[in-house]
Amino acid sequence: MAVRRLAETQPESFAFSPENHAWAEREIAKFPEGRQASAVIALLWRAQEQEGWITKPAIEQVAEMLSMPTIRVLEVATFYTMFHLEPVGTKAHVQVCGTTPCMLRGAGDIIDVCRRRIHAEPHHRSADEAFSWEEVECLGACVNAPMVQVFKDTYEDLTPESFEAVLDAFDRGETPTPGPQNGRHHSVPINGLTSLTEIDYSDGAAAPVTEPMSAPAPARSEPAPAEPSVAEAPRATEGPTQSDATAVAEAEPELLTAAPDEGADDLKRISGVGPKLEGLLNSMGIYTFAQVAAWTPENIAWVDDRLKFKGRIDRDDWLGQARKFAAEKSGR
Amino acid sequence: MLSDKDRIFLNLYGLHDPMLKGARSRGAWDGTKAILDRGRDAIVEEVKGSGLRGRGGAGFPTGLKWSFMPKEIGERPHYLVVNADESEPGTCKDREIMRHDPHLLIEGCLIASFAMGAHTAYIYIRGEFIREREALQAAVDECYEARLIGKNNVHGWDFDIVIAHGAGAYICGEETALLESLEGKKGMPRLKPPFPANMGLYGCPTTVNNVESIAVAPEILRRGGDWFAGLGKPNNTGTKLFCVSGHVNAPCTVEEEMGIPLRELIDKHCGGVRGGWDNLLAVIPGGSSVPCLPAHLCDDLPMDFDSLRDLKSGLGTAAVIVMDKSTDIVRAIARIAYFYKHESCGQCTPCREGTGWMWRVLERMARGEAEKREIDMLLEVTYQVEGHTICALGDAAAWPIQGLIRHFRPEIERRIDDYAAAQKTGGAIMQAAE
Repeated sequence: MAVRRLAETQPESFAFSPENHAWAEREIAKFPEGRQASAVIALLWRAQEQEGWITKPAIEQVAEMLSMPTIRVLEVATFYTMFHLEPVGTKAHVQVCGTTPCMLRGAGDIIDVCRRRIHAEPHHRSADEAFSWEEVECLGACVNAPMVQVFKDTYEDLTPESFEAVLDAFDRGETPTPGPQNGRHHSVPINGLTSLTEIDYSDGAAAPVTEPMSAPAPARSEPAPAEPSVAEAPRATEGPTQSDATAVAEAEPELLTAAPDEGADDLKRISGVGPKLEGLLNSMGIYTFAQVAAWTPENIAWVDDRLKFKGRIDRDDWLGQARKFAAEKSGR
Repeated sequence: MLSDKDRIFLNLYGLHDPMLKGARSRGAWDGTKAILDRGRDAIVEEVKGSGLRGRGGAGFPTGLKWSFMPKEIGERPHYLVVNADESEPGTCKDREIMRHDPHLLIEGCLIASFAMGAHTAYIYIRGEFIREREALQAAVDECYEARLIGKNNVHGWDFDIVIAHGAGAYICGEETALLESLEGKKGMPRLKPPFPANMGLYGCPTTVNNVESIAVAPEILRRGGDWFAGLGKPNNTGTKLFCVSGHVNAPCTVEEEMGIPLRELIDKHCGGVRGGWDNLLAVIPGGSSVPCLPAHLCDDLPMDFDSLRDLKSGLGTAAVIVMDKSTDIVRAIARIAYFYKHESCGQCTPCREGTGWMWRVLERMARGEAEKREIDMLLEVTYQVEGHTICALGDAAAWPIQGLIRHFRPEIERRIDDYAAAQKTGGAIMQAAE
């Protein structure tokens, strides 16, 4: 629990602008008759957007509009921590997520920047009243940590340098581009897609977003990954035999009509093969590691085509794994 | 590894058009009328048969939950409430659904509402998700325009969606606190019983479901419960959105099969643990409220409800927080303890007082400024908080600390020894110099 009280100095009055008043009427109408109190958070939020913070007259006004006792609205205003009970920075109020996932990836450094550039203490405005900051609890963008929220937008994958650049932009009166600040697209892995690469999106209306996945911001970038990036991985490991699936002649591998007498191997041990896939392989007549280990590129193409797998066999190195397991088995 | 054809969220990353036209091209709103024509009972049975367990953390079977609603609609209307108050630290999956695949959620709302006799669904989004709310509202507006929902819509089931929002309170993710908040009050959980299925929103029969649980329902009904049940493991079926954060090379959200080994998840999708697998210290496998697991338990760790429960942890929301050996584990858990102290609604004494007490002790332990007997005292207090509160926030505050003491007691003791030693030597000299 946090103790939250109204500011000591309060303005004389509060009134919704005509547009906001009309909006509030529509919001109230969304809820059943007699349940207009449900709109209290929405109305307080709109009041905050209009004034920058929640004032006592605004609380009273909202209570009147919703036919609620003032104390009930006051309770709501002090319970929910997104309501600012004191004025915040005019250009930016920075909410830094400091919860463990962000903390692990350097939220402390971001908070240090806030202390240095804005104010040593949270909930205080900078000397020019343009900025203020606070540490908040998890903002729900953990895979893009560390991150901050400024008004409606989130700025993610920050470094102290890129965060300062964001602050600089706000200081100039601009709204910097929200989202990841290291060139990444939303929550896609930084090295490129690892899933959803085999879907044919072409019959859809939308062309894929062509936003390039540019390199991470230069400053303090992570060391380059030792392995080829995942997006390139299939090509890199497929080699000439797989670069163009249609160009590879297919050849049926050795298939068994039934599981061998000594029993089928547990193909699920091959990383990348689940129970479902194992069933599929069995139904095709593939039961043992030895069979898989003996595949030629033409065989792989044949299986690939039937599993609609496009390169997975090579990428997950089924052959290498199968050879290992087959060797283990024969050695036993 | 899950193949793309078995994935449900085809626009998880927002690389394609999230709106109606794009969503339709990816299969949303396909044959929805035919699904509704199967009837309430058939839909509930199909979802039951799929083995879908609620994706909000507790893992309660979704189909079973739907079946708790009264069979006949009486004087009180029925409501579906979608819990989009995604605030569990580590979790950021519903965000992707709402901003990139909102039509799956809306279609799911229609189907689920029909299955439980509700004509209105409320989607309660956390206050911080402003852009997500705008994206979802735009998609809802589109559906009204295309008469997919609303009065006299093409599906023949009058249905309205109202999007409401919070304003920064983790506790509103608890279903009865959410209902309180939706009614315009402080988000303080209600005593159960009565359960929401009897007395929920506005005193009417209500079912509260997580965004992901609702969003996967249409695809389950299109492809059949057997398809979903064929993925994953028995009792832990289907696909799941995993959010991997912390010390991995490429943190990301990804849809994978339930029961995927943790190591495969991290190596295939997240570029591995920072500094290699051997650099792993611990993981929190399911969001901040589940106990952490040390590295030696992670080598062969299937990510599903039952396997993790057997290790005294949990799948929770499948939000994996990875910590490498550079992590100050006591401080990391102390930060979680602070989170629960901050988010306790203050209604129950064990939680209101206990969360603050536990956090203060942990902060001292992170510095080593404690006595060893206090470790057992702290553990004892966690058991006093756990199970003695109206809602599960007290439990959620207790579990991470129990996990820390269970697996990292020597680390806490080492700090206490170091601190005591420093007090004897360096500390005394410094005091004298002052």
